[in-house]
Amino acid sequence: MELQIPYEVTPRRDTGVNNAKLGIWLFLASEVMLFGGLFAAYIFLRMGADAWPGMETFDTHEMATRADQILSVPLATLNTVILIASSVTMVLSWASLKMNNFKGFKLHMGLTILLALGFLVVKAFEYGSKFGHHVYPETNIFLAIYFVLTGLHAIHVTGGIIVNAYFWGPGTKMWLNGNAHDKAHFTNRIEVAGLYWHFVDLVWIFLFPMIYLV
Amino acid sequence: MEDHHTASHHEGHKVGFWRKYWFSTDHKVIGIQYGITALFFLLFGFILMLLMRWQLASPGIEIPLLGALTPEMYNQFGAMHGTIMVFMGIVPLAVGAFGNYVVPLQIGAVDMAFPRLNMASYHFFFWGGVVMMASFFVPQGAAKAGWTSYPPLADIETMGQTMWLWGMVLLITSSLLGAINFLTTIIQLRTEGMTFFRMPFFVWAQFITAFLLLLAFPPLEAAGILQLADRLLDTSFFLPSGLVTAEGPLEVSGGGSPLLWQHLFWFLAHPEVYVLVLPAMGIVAEIVANNTRKPLWGYRLMVYSLIFLGFMSFIVWAHHMFITGMGTAISAFFQVTTMIISIPSVVILSALFITLWGGSIRFTTPMLFALGFLPMFGIGGLTGLPLGLAPTDIPLHDTYYVIGHFHYVVAPGTILALFAGIYYWFPKMTGRTMNDTLGKIHFWGTIISMNGIFFPMLIQGMAGVSRRLFDGGLAYSFSEPVLEYNVFMSISAAALFLFQIPFIINFFQSIRGGRKVEKANHWDATTLDWSATPTPPVPHGNFESVPRVYRDPYEYSVPGSGVPFLSQDTAPPAAPSDQILEEVEA
Repeated sequence: MELQIPYEVTPRRDTGVNNAKLGIWLFLASEVMLFGGLFAAYIFLRMGADAWPGMETFDTHEMATRADQILSVPLATLNTVILIASSVTMVLSWASLKMNNFKGFKLHMGLTILLALGFLVVKAFEYGSKFGHHVYPETNIFLAIYFVLTGLHAIHVTGGIIVNAYFWGPGTKMWLNGNAHDKAHFTNRIEVAGLYWHFVDLVWIFLFPMIYLV
Repeated sequence: MEDHHTASHHEGHKVGFWRKYWFSTDHKVIGIQYGITALFFLLFGFILMLLMRWQLASPGIEIPLLGALTPEMYNQFGAMHGTIMVFMGIVPLAVGAFGNYVVPLQIGAVDMAFPRLNMASYHFFFWGGVVMMASFFVPQGAAKAGWTSYPPLADIETMGQTMWLWGMVLLITSSLLGAINFLTTIIQLRTEGMTFFRMPFFVWAQFITAFLLLLAFPPLEAAGILQLADRLLDTSFFLPSGLVTAEGPLEVSGGGSPLLWQHLFWFLAHPEVYVLVLPAMGIVAEIVANNTRKPLWGYRLMVYSLIFLGFMSFIVWAHHMFITGMGTAISAFFQVTTMIISIPSVVILSALFITLWGGSIRFTTPMLFALGFLPMFGIGGLTGLPLGLAPTDIPLHDTYYVIGHFHYVVAPGTILALFAGIYYWFPKMTGRTMNDTLGKIHFWGTIISMNGIFFPMLIQGMAGVSRRLFDGGLAYSFSEPVLEYNVFMSISAAALFLFQIPFIINFFQSIRGGRKVEKANHWDATTLDWSATPTPPVPHGNFESVPRVYRDPYEYSVPGSGVPFLSQDTAPPAAPSDQILEEVEA
């Protein structure tokens, strides 16, 4: 008999979680530190900046162009709505599995993927219009941090789409061909993917006001 | 048992070479992969240093086959020596190899929690290493801006620096995946009865190390992303306005800050020092307890110190930056935290010394290396105190004193402990022991020549000789009185190289030709890695049946027990009431 790794599906009694769930929380902790480092860099650069959008110059008391005049707040708001909606459909896809409703899962997971793609399309338009006006990361330090932060976030969205698409397509074999144990395993996978997805959503909730509004 | 034997035998035939040795998901194979790769990088990084030491002892004299070192080559070797030793040598050996191999065995787990992630983490490390090595062959060579890669220099450096950053991204990814795996394994896969305070100290050390890797590396990844953007997208995160280089004014938007890099870098790199040291302490603690035949003195105190150390290591980073013109208040804060963090290290070291007291010490080869670690790490720690206080740090900063201090911590410190670990667990991994005589030659040669290299550095540093000088200080008149040490240090370095030859011979010869271990528990150890598994352990699964833990990790010479030691899986004698029950049942 080959010895099996325990707690892959069922939670351990004294810790209350299964391996994958603990793993994803630890991963998210490291992600907090990654984005935390970049947010700290944003604050550091802004505090030491000679010029920043919306900043009043010391001698002439003129205000520089505000961030919401440089970047498109309506598009970002639209994207915020899209991402929050995708978080909701993500939960619904997991809840459907919990209620043994595979069709519901397919529908809601499909919607999550489509919404995420929609987010990237809107983002692409935003970037495109910046490049069209010859506004690049190298233009100034504010735009540099804008492009790096939103770009890294977009990479995270892309990663989420790939994972979710796998679970929507080939990954469903585990549910379709599996016994009750495999089904529980698949449901756990969706929950873990969901935790990641909510985190990506949450990062945007911080990014949006910080870059576009304040 | 017979079943298992045939099963694993069968598997060995079924699984092809690549799957068994290269794409394996068995934590033991991955640990050995890490170990061999890391040892190779350690040797390579050491050879770079030997070339530099040749140049320092005899500036401008041609090296056989290679020719005279140019300043550019010297800078490449310096930057890459640091990078290779820290990120590709010591950490993979201490965490990737020993952590991977030993932690699951010691906690009674059949494997790591995520075996495929474990495999991925090795491959990220391997390809990160390949990118770093490849950077020597791109136009104008590898990174030259030091292992710290300070901008603005690093921002305007040649292509090698970009390769360095990509390599670091891969190495960081590898460490992050590894850290997640270690934490999950230790929290979730402890066997029945293995409570947190029954874990061997080595497991505790790996546990805290994994937290440091998990939380400290991402800010460096953030910094790496920003530097990549500076280099590839022409942003100026780390470039202030109005910067002028030898080619004239830089055409960038400016407005960035070189200090931002230093903050992000040292936020990683200070915890990183503890990543280098804690696993070494863990190895030494195992070997000291095993060879003094005594429980560790103050095991709980040591664990609490470890946790405190891990926490404090996140709030001391700016003591690397005293000369950047920080305010008095901030400087005072970081001086205080730095003084505080020295306390738990001293507690752990003292506890290990006290453990020796009154023990009947077996001077085995691993024990010699572990004993060597204690005073050497002590020198490393004590020479660090002046660097933690701004008034003494300011004159010593960027001198050879810093190099001497740091190398005392990691070379005669950590590396001795890693050698101890190799001699200690080699029989577990191969079923054969390493030669004792060669081991003892290796030990005495190594510890003496290491001191010959690093002690004069402290003297040179106090005389004011700056680090990273291509000519070793020849151009400065104030370094003249201490210049002669350069020759002595380089001879010591060559001797250190010669004394590694017995180790290399011993290592390869013992794999096939070493004396076979007579019993699974070769060292009469109490921890599960020796007491509950065959030697070498069963592939994929480790144990013939999962052990249960009944007692504390180091029950050596327990009074009244009537046996020399009680391993963690030794069941307590049945209580009288149980016997009665059994009799009644019978």
